[in-house]
Amino acid sequence: MKADVVVIGAGPAGLAAALAAHEGGAEKILILERAGEPGGILNQCIHNGFGLHRFGEELTGPEYAGRFIDKLEGTGIECRYDTMVLSISTDRVVTAINPRDGLFTVEAGAVILAMGCRERTRGAIGVPGDRPAGVFTAGAAQRYLNIEGYQVGKRAVILGSGDIGLIMARRMTLEGASVAACVELMPYSNGLNRNIVQCLNDYDIPLYLAHTVVQIIGRERLEAVVIAKVDENSRPIPGTEFRIDCDTLLLSVGLIPENELTRGAGIPIDPRTRGPEVYDNMETMAPGVFACGNVVHVHDLVDFVSAESERAGAAAAAFVKSGSPAGEELSLIPGDGLGYIVPQKLRKSANDGEVTLFFRVRRPCPKGEIVVTAGDRVILRKKRRHMTPGEMEHLPLKRELLRDVNEPITVTLVREEA
Amino acid sequence: MKELICILCPNGCHLKVDDNLNVTGNTCIRGEAYAKKELTSPERTLTSTVRLEGSALRRLPVRTATDIPKGKLFEAMRELDTLCVQAPVRRGQVLIESIAGTGVALIATRDALV
Repeated sequence: MKADVVVIGAGPAGLAAALAAHEGGAEKILILERAGEPGGILNQCIHNGFGLHRFGEELTGPEYAGRFIDKLEGTGIECRYDTMVLSISTDRVVTAINPRDGLFTVEAGAVILAMGCRERTRGAIGVPGDRPAGVFTAGAAQRYLNIEGYQVGKRAVILGSGDIGLIMARRMTLEGASVAACVELMPYSNGLNRNIVQCLNDYDIPLYLAHTVVQIIGRERLEAVVIAKVDENSRPIPGTEFRIDCDTLLLSVGLIPENELTRGAGIPIDPRTRGPEVYDNMETMAPGVFACGNVVHVHDLVDFVSAESERAGAAAAAFVKSGSPAGEELSLIPGDGLGYIVPQKLRKSANDGEVTLFFRVRRPCPKGEIVVTAGDRVILRKKRRHMTPGEMEHLPLKRELLRDVNEPITVTLVREEA
Repeated sequence: MKELICILCPNGCHLKVDDNLNVTGNTCIRGEAYAKKELTSPERTLTSTVRLEGSALRRLPVRTATDIPKGKLFEAMRELDTLCVQAPVRRGQVLIESIAGTGVALIATRDALV
């Protein structure tokens, strides 16, 4: 089988990318989705707060997904559900399997990777203790509660102050459980401000910063966790332990882009983002293979996933017509204070306009300046307030500033006293 | 002087409100209105799920059409426990005209076809 564009994943990234590829003139577009329906993780994110940037209103996850799913109608975009992609190759042959078609391959003009991410588990953070039932990743618990309709426990502790954990603290409280505490290893929260306010403060759930779970206790079902304060190196401080009785521990300790297919194809991965390295048009280092959304870098807002994925979709359609864009390559390097930058590379272009850089700061910074340099030359400075690792920063860069630049571009954060 | 974080958008502006309800620290006009409201009559959108019959889905996600008083959230949750919706349902369909006596409707947030 052949297709102009094959999109792997029908979550928010895949849907937006497929629709943009259609708008860009790609004809045969095929979406391959592991689940039985489109929407991805948005289907279980029943809380509101999605779409403020894109639609100017606060939608729930299913509503946000619904707006994109509705747009598929009449486009001729084909979706195959219950379909697991097994491998992709750099010459863009996609091998997949499902109960209806069996094993099949698709020769694609362009491939868009939109597999999203998955949660870090207890194994990834190595919490010592017993191995009873009642220890869940926050997203798994969210699925049990919101999709399957099961309350996962009566008294919970949340480890990690990521957004999913905060959202679940509120959700379990509303459903009649008590949430005893939210425990965060770092001295600051990784969740959005609004979620700290709306999900913890609203329900008087205490947030223990610079604390962690040092023991899990329980034979069949979880009975208690032991919590301790940690030092500046995140090591538990002896003598600070206290016990909280609970039947449920939710882990909200980070997300990892799901890149087995990308690695299998030998496409270079950025160790900082754990996603493929991409150019400014979201093309990976394999020509004609694009990537977008949480598979590239974990986003906090779906609005920006959609925007990024539309760029990938449009670029994939352009690739099918005329190949990769020409232009001298420049590398982007995260300097002091930055955890990563996406894109990792950009191509200089005769067209003016802008390229937007996405990055996260390593530590909270109440007031600082973002400095973009090429060699010894400063090409842009931008003052900014209230930067935290939990919120992705955007920096538009005018292409005309890059005209005479031939060296790698470094972006650093210079802290100022607040 | 009271300090609070604006929750209306992801910017999360750090607001300061004095005893006469004068707001500073906001970067848009909505922040001022939020701070005043938050200190006088706070409101929230409620999202949850309700029982669903006649569909492959077990639960139907729902929300209040607009914000309701914060103090009414648990009463509204109890009312949802009594609701059972029959498929098909369309996104945006009104399920209850006035939840917990607030005058605010409860709506479905996804399609649930038979």
